[in-house]
Amino acid sequence: MSWDVVIGIETHVQLQTKTKIFSGASTAFGAEPNTQACVLSIALPGTLPVLNYEAVQCAIKFGLATNAEIAPRSIFARKNYFYPDLPKGYQISQYELPVVGKGSLEIEIGDIKKTVRITRAHLEEDAGKSSHGAVENGTGIDLNRAGTPLLEIVSEPDMTSASEAVAYAKKLHELVQWIGICDGNMQEGSFRCDINVSVKRKGESKLGTRREIKNLNSFKFIEQAIYYETQWQIEMLEEGKAIQQATVLFNPETGETKAMRSKEEANDYRYFPDPDLLPLEITDEKIREIKESMTELPHLMKARLEHDYQLSSYDAAGITSDKHVADYFFATLKEGAEPKQIANWILGQLFSKLNEHNLSIENSSIKPAVLSLLLKRIQDGTISNNGAKQLFEKLWVNPELEIDTLIESEGLKQVSDSGLIETMIDEVLKNNQAMVDEYRSGKEKAFNALVGQIMKASKGKANPGQVNELLRQKLVKF
Amino acid sequence: MSITHDEIKKIAHLARIKITEEEADATLKKLSGILNLIEDMKKVDTTNISPMSHAQSVTQRLRDDVVTETNQREKLQKIAPEVSDGLYIVPQVIE
Repeated sequence: MSWDVVIGIETHVQLQTKTKIFSGASTAFGAEPNTQACVLSIALPGTLPVLNYEAVQCAIKFGLATNAEIAPRSIFARKNYFYPDLPKGYQISQYELPVVGKGSLEIEIGDIKKTVRITRAHLEEDAGKSSHGAVENGTGIDLNRAGTPLLEIVSEPDMTSASEAVAYAKKLHELVQWIGICDGNMQEGSFRCDINVSVKRKGESKLGTRREIKNLNSFKFIEQAIYYETQWQIEMLEEGKAIQQATVLFNPETGETKAMRSKEEANDYRYFPDPDLLPLEITDEKIREIKESMTELPHLMKARLEHDYQLSSYDAAGITSDKHVADYFFATLKEGAEPKQIANWILGQLFSKLNEHNLSIENSSIKPAVLSLLLKRIQDGTISNNGAKQLFEKLWVNPELEIDTLIESEGLKQVSDSGLIETMIDEVLKNNQAMVDEYRSGKEKAFNALVGQIMKASKGKANPGQVNELLRQKLVKF
Repeated sequence: MSITHDEIKKIAHLARIKITEEEADATLKKLSGILNLIEDMKKVDTTNISPMSHAQSVTQRLRDDVVTETNQREKLQKIAPEVSDGLYIVPQVIE
């Protein structure tokens, strides 16, 4: 029996504002419990919410980045439920009229491109945090997080595998950081996904019953959880059992998903418009103003890198995966190095060093100007690629070193004197008649072996490009 | 519009309000009255009239993203029934 998997994702993105969505309390992470819980956060009677304009702008930026409709008028609603970390007894969210309407996001799975439709994105407030077992027979409540602005982004059930779901989550994660609305810190919960999974018989048009995997905060967990959940549902159906709609939790220890105890009427939230908040109106002029303030979107920049600088799709994707990487690329380019080479070195040498030291590119010890000069020295033939790699290591430890002085002191200057190289070639040809004969009989490998000998004779300092060219000429005449 | 005794009990449960059977009956009468009124109002033709979400036709005022609240934990926790290490303590929540 063959099955189709259907996946939709709801993502909670914590917006990068200084203050909460409805009050002037700080949202800084890691403060002592309840030191950022003001009268509104703890829901004292008589307090009233006042909407944070920055949170609204973040939502508009997201809408613009996903080609979505921005609602000229949207409404805040109360979602009613009881839980101690929600002291008001309701969460302020948006229901019927969200700020961001239908949009889309293009994802790539290998070489295949796919468009995932976005149903909506709405503003809402986060709840506080409960710590069970804080005291004996009691639960401790920290309301610092209560009221932190969130953008909940809801996708259509357009994904059909764990890898597509991960590609979507990663793309969204890159995008929200790129447009500067979220710090993307998944450990701190700034970006968390609820994944709706269902399966149906291949070709069947009617969707199966879905189960929702709650609160995944790593791409690895998303992949593992979907894989396990899908297998479980298929096994159930193949045994002739029915799937019950449920909310499930993923256990990273066991790699399994398990249904939470389903509370009766748990989903009866009795939404209604919040009378404490007036309709939010957004003018076309405001939208235009924000659009003009936004940086080039990653997919447009990627296309530009491929078109204007002939970068491969892979390299262009690497450079545009993160705004800071793109900034580094353009800063290096401005210093005069060659674009393809810059991309190679950023994605190769630099990335492996950054990973090794667990650094982000903004904190790279080698700055764009230094990298650019290094690459220019390869370009003008002063040093070889290998020589540059050695210098890169030295510069990483001590970026203050002067490159040209270093080239001299390390003896990495290439021999580009054609007379000198020719002398070396003659010497090698004389001593390696067997290889020359092999080359003559059509073995191209022998040519590379001869180049190797010449490079060895020059102690690695001969300019390889020149060696190749001169050797070809010699062999014709020899 | 009809509402049942059981629905009244359900709504009360969702709102965590304990009501007796007699109270449920009395509430049933009152709520039915309101719902009937709404049914009457629904008969009015509202084509081309956009729904209202607020009684006043004004729009939301927006606040600049500037921290204006200071740490008032000590003062606020004085009125809490129980606190420990800066946390508000509530009866154990069983997951």
